[in-house]
Amino acid sequence: MKKFKRLLGFIEGFLMVNLLWFIGAKLMNSRILPNPLEIYKNLPELFKKDLAGHVGASLYRVGWGLLIAFVIGILIGLIMGYSDKMNKFLNPLIYFSYPVPKMALLPIVMTLFGLGDLSKIIMIVLITVFPIIVSVRDSIINVGKENYNVLTSLGASRLQLFIHVTLPSIVPDILTNIRLSLGTAFSILFFSEGYGTSEGLGYFIQDSWSRINYIDLYSGILVLSILGLVLFILLDLIEGLACRWNREG
Amino acid sequence: MIQIRNLSVFYESKNEKVKALGPINIDIESEDICAIIGPSGCGKTTLLKVLAGIIKKYEGEVLLNSEKLNPHIHNIGLISQNFGLLPWKTVEKNCILPLKIKKINTKDKEIQDKMDAMMKRLGIYDLKNRYPRELSGGQKQRVSIVRSFLSKPDLLLMDEPFSALDAIIREEAQELFLEIWNENKNNTFIVTHSIDEALYMGRKIIVVSNTPGQIIEVIDNKLFNNKNYKEDEDYSKIFSHIKSLVKGGIKE
Repeated sequence: MKKFKRLLGFIEGFLMVNLLWFIGAKLMNSRILPNPLEIYKNLPELFKKDLAGHVGASLYRVGWGLLIAFVIGILIGLIMGYSDKMNKFLNPLIYFSYPVPKMALLPIVMTLFGLGDLSKIIMIVLITVFPIIVSVRDSIINVGKENYNVLTSLGASRLQLFIHVTLPSIVPDILTNIRLSLGTAFSILFFSEGYGTSEGLGYFIQDSWSRINYIDLYSGILVLSILGLVLFILLDLIEGLACRWNREG
Repeated sequence: MIQIRNLSVFYESKNEKVKALGPINIDIESEDICAIIGPSGCGKTTLLKVLAGIIKKYEGEVLLNSEKLNPHIHNIGLISQNFGLLPWKTVEKNCILPLKIKKINTKDKEIQDKMDAMMKRLGIYDLKNRYPRELSGGQKQRVSIVRSFLSKPDLLLMDEPFSALDAIIREEAQELFLEIWNENKNNTFIVTHSIDEALYMGRKIIVVSNTPGQIIEVIDNKLFNNKNYKEDEDYSKIFSHIKSLVKGGIKE
């Protein structure tokens, strides 16, 4: 029943967006905002060409970028959350590098690491890693002391405390963070794929734009949105499995 | 048997050492159940935390069965005010957690059967796969009772274990607890601020004074485990005696 309701909400959202788009297109009656039906018709054509390749290239960059960011972020976050000394030592560095607009470092990163995938992955890591560090650290610091007490009195080892208390209590925060980072990573990707590549959805959209091919342009945006949506649904499923204890209703 | 010798606990605040508890000296026989009562902030919970191995910095000596108290050697069960269930574990997983920590095979049929029997008896068997947030206060408490007794603790510590329950459920819970305790007779300490609870649940009543907490009196309680303790002719006498002790414990 709950699943059915969610599906219903999902369909409702999909129809509403498309309806608004359709009405907008009819009202504007301009090629800058084409009719959604034309876009859907165009999609199979594009996949016959090389859209799948663009999707693959983008996913590859986002996947590696986020993976590296999370490994580094969780590791440093854990160290800072566990050790007061390390937290005091590293905090000024985090504090000062957090507000640097790292997108502006793109030229430097590209000069240093080339125009290929590496520089794009590094951009994603640079931008997403700081919020991950801060959120993992805070999440660990905020784990309720009373949750440790019962296990301490049972003589639990540090590893057991970590496995039974720390880890499960920070998982929901990490999942929320993945959700946020995913959105950020796609934005960075869109921008950085405008340079030095002929692959990826960001490239595809910007290329269509320069060719004044609005149908392709919207198709690219649509595919990028669907990609984000699929990843979001995947996260929902993981969250449902991992955080059932935390769910309302 | 528990032996406490010259136990003192200090809190460090800035450069000062503030004494929170002690010196405490007391011997308690195994198979005894003691209620610890005193004004709020007197260090009752601090004493319990020392016994639980949570506070490790203290002066003096705490021996359990003539060995220095150590959670890695001894089997200590703790029931805290909010019952101390881990929200991310189901009722069943919470119950077997102490055994898991002690690296005992929890798949063992004997353990499983014992757990099922206890759960059935306390009416929480059907909740086995639920999470703590889906349970009422009374249910959570019964889960924590199963958890504590299943691991057969040398020492069972309870910090205001009934105060989060409403009056009617509280009485039932106390009765149920004593019933199970009488079958197991684990060495138990119950911290409470309720004189009635101390009179019903404590074979010995330890009265603690205000900061730094010290033992004023240890009462051998003849009303222990008497369901109709309030109707006993000595009830009001003992009650007001403890009341005046607790009040007197608040130093000017």
